[in-house]
Amino acid sequence: MGFLEQKQEATAALLDGVSVPAGAGWITAIRDAAMARVVDNGLPHRRDEYWKYTRPDTLTAQEVTPAAPFDHGEAPMFDEIDRLKVVFVDGIFDAGLSDDLEGEGFTIECLSDIVSKDIHWAKDLYGQLEANGQTPVQRPLAALNTALAEDGIVIRVTGQVNRPVSFIYKHEDENSDAILHHVIKLEEGASVTVLENGPAAARFNKVMEVDVADKAEFHHVRAQGRDHERRAATHIFGRIGAESVFKSFTLTVNGVLTRNECVLELLGDDAVVHVAGACVGDGDFHHDDTVFITHDAVNCESRQVFKKVLRNGATGVFQGKILVKPDAQKTDGYQMSQSLLLDDDSQFLAKPELEIYADDVACSHGSTSGATDEEGMFYLRARGVPKDIATDLMTLAFLAEAVEEVENEALAECILTRLEGWLERRRG
Amino acid sequence: MLEIKGLKVKLEDEDKQILKGVDLKVEAGKVHAIMGPNGSGKSTLSYVLSGRDGYEVTEGEASLGGEDLLELEAEERAALGLFLAFQYPVEIPGVGNMTFLRTAVNAQRKARGEEELSAADFLKEIRAKAKTLKIDADMLKRPVNVGFSGGEKKRNEILQMAMLEPKMCILDETDSGLDVDAMKLVSEGVNALRDEGRGFLVITHYQRLLDHIKPDVVHIMADGRIVKTGGPELALEVENNGYADILAEIA
Repeated sequence: MGFLEQKQEATAALLDGVSVPAGAGWITAIRDAAMARVVDNGLPHRRDEYWKYTRPDTLTAQEVTPAAPFDHGEAPMFDEIDRLKVVFVDGIFDAGLSDDLEGEGFTIECLSDIVSKDIHWAKDLYGQLEANGQTPVQRPLAALNTALAEDGIVIRVTGQVNRPVSFIYKHEDENSDAILHHVIKLEEGASVTVLENGPAAARFNKVMEVDVADKAEFHHVRAQGRDHERRAATHIFGRIGAESVFKSFTLTVNGVLTRNECVLELLGDDAVVHVAGACVGDGDFHHDDTVFITHDAVNCESRQVFKKVLRNGATGVFQGKILVKPDAQKTDGYQMSQSLLLDDDSQFLAKPELEIYADDVACSHGSTSGATDEEGMFYLRARGVPKDIATDLMTLAFLAEAVEEVENEALAECILTRLEGWLERRRG
Repeated sequence: MLEIKGLKVKLEDEDKQILKGVDLKVEAGKVHAIMGPNGSGKSTLSYVLSGRDGYEVTEGEASLGGEDLLELEAEERAALGLFLAFQYPVEIPGVGNMTFLRTAVNAQRKARGEEELSAADFLKEIRAKAKTLKIDADMLKRPVNVGFSGGEKKRNEILQMAMLEPKMCILDETDSGLDVDAMKLVSEGVNALRDEGRGFLVITHYQRLLDHIKPDVVHIMADGRIVKTGGPELALEVENNGYADILAEIA
């Protein structure tokens, strides 16, 4: 039996008794098609090239590994920001804890509400970007999400939305296994900022599909993790139109296993995409950023900036690719992944890739891992800063380049404050 | 104040002796200058005193106020009152100048068992001191030394010195990269800190800094040793004749 057959057999066994949720015809067809993709390709296995560095076992197991909710005793992130709050508890939308889903320039609905409608605009988007994003790399956890997600948020942005829309995740049941699927559609010239934070569930599978029309702007900032045992696999699929902007930043602090995939296509000329992440992990922390950016239009810019600080045996993974199609002339692609290893036990595994078919492009990538800068450490200590605090300051300094990708100063401040607070708490 | 006896230092990773027996005593309230050709060990001396890794003391002693410096970590030496103004101040992106300085001030106060400075008091003090050094508010908010000109970096060093109020200040070629105006400004900052309880060790290649910061004693260092000691006139001699005559004299 070949590897694919083995995976298909194992997947069939895992999905035995699992069926797609009930809904109107259009969504059932999409869900069935997604489930067929899962069955055909099998759930991820360590022998899959894109799972070589991250064990998918606990993400695909039938049983959820329990994770106790953790009270970190600090104010939730983005609390200072005026925003529209959309709250999920263990992966279920909680209307009581959320604001009214109303505002100027957009409409928001719950996935659980639209699935029973005979017709809905999301029909042309839900699961479609995910399905496109399966090529050339299979992303079966995302397909599984499309098939099984019962909740999520569906947003259509028609104008300039001034207040960020903020998804707040809460985790209460230590055995919760949440699947959320968000769909965000920006019409021409529209703009919105989406925030995400909070622990979602013991095991979390999330997909966010974002369709950015011409001259639109999508900004996304999320914070994951902290001291907990939770596991998460997230996917962002984006389609970006001409003269549009797509910017996403993720802060991750601890967590047993986090796999963040981001699959973006620049389809209109003069589009700009920035994807960035900063993470700090201790001990059994395993953090994986897997990014795939396709340039399929002229004069587009993409930036990937990922920084990881690892200590006490933590592991960081970066797999990033820039694919430049033959007609994507004048592409400016940049990819940078760096790790700061604070001890000899931690490791950083990086697989940067460029695949270029156009001849008039500027694409570069850099990947490094190293120890704390000795010059900087001495400078701080010579001013009386103790070694542990100096290490934290150098950690902040190292992550700064990624945090700078967040344009909004108030949001960047939230991130730095959270990082500083966390580092201070770890010092005890 | 600062007392160095027979200090011999080699590089940790290679068998290369840099300091070959340095003897020096800097009294409180005095400014000592060390001059010498490149490679004579001037910067090594400042690094070894400040506790930088990479050097091995093979012989000798160094103490500040009677406390053995060589037994202490770099931050402990700073808390004891030792300050090194770097020749090339390091850039630390992502860490605000003010955040860093407040962390340093309070870490030193804590180490000495003193009460930490409140945010308001710190702000008041740093603003006043920055003003005299012509450091604007924007520079205080920017990341440590990032995007600073050479002169701004040196002024920032002196601001740190003013805020930390050390007992013993070592200035490692503070004049390098400074134009005449910046040199004057930095020197004024240093002179404002001169008092009876504080000692200075000014490392420099040239007389011009010493025109502004008048030394009490001038030492010439060569090949890892202090080979000649004199008054301010020694610096003028070097300025006029270079080191050749002095080195020939002691050969």
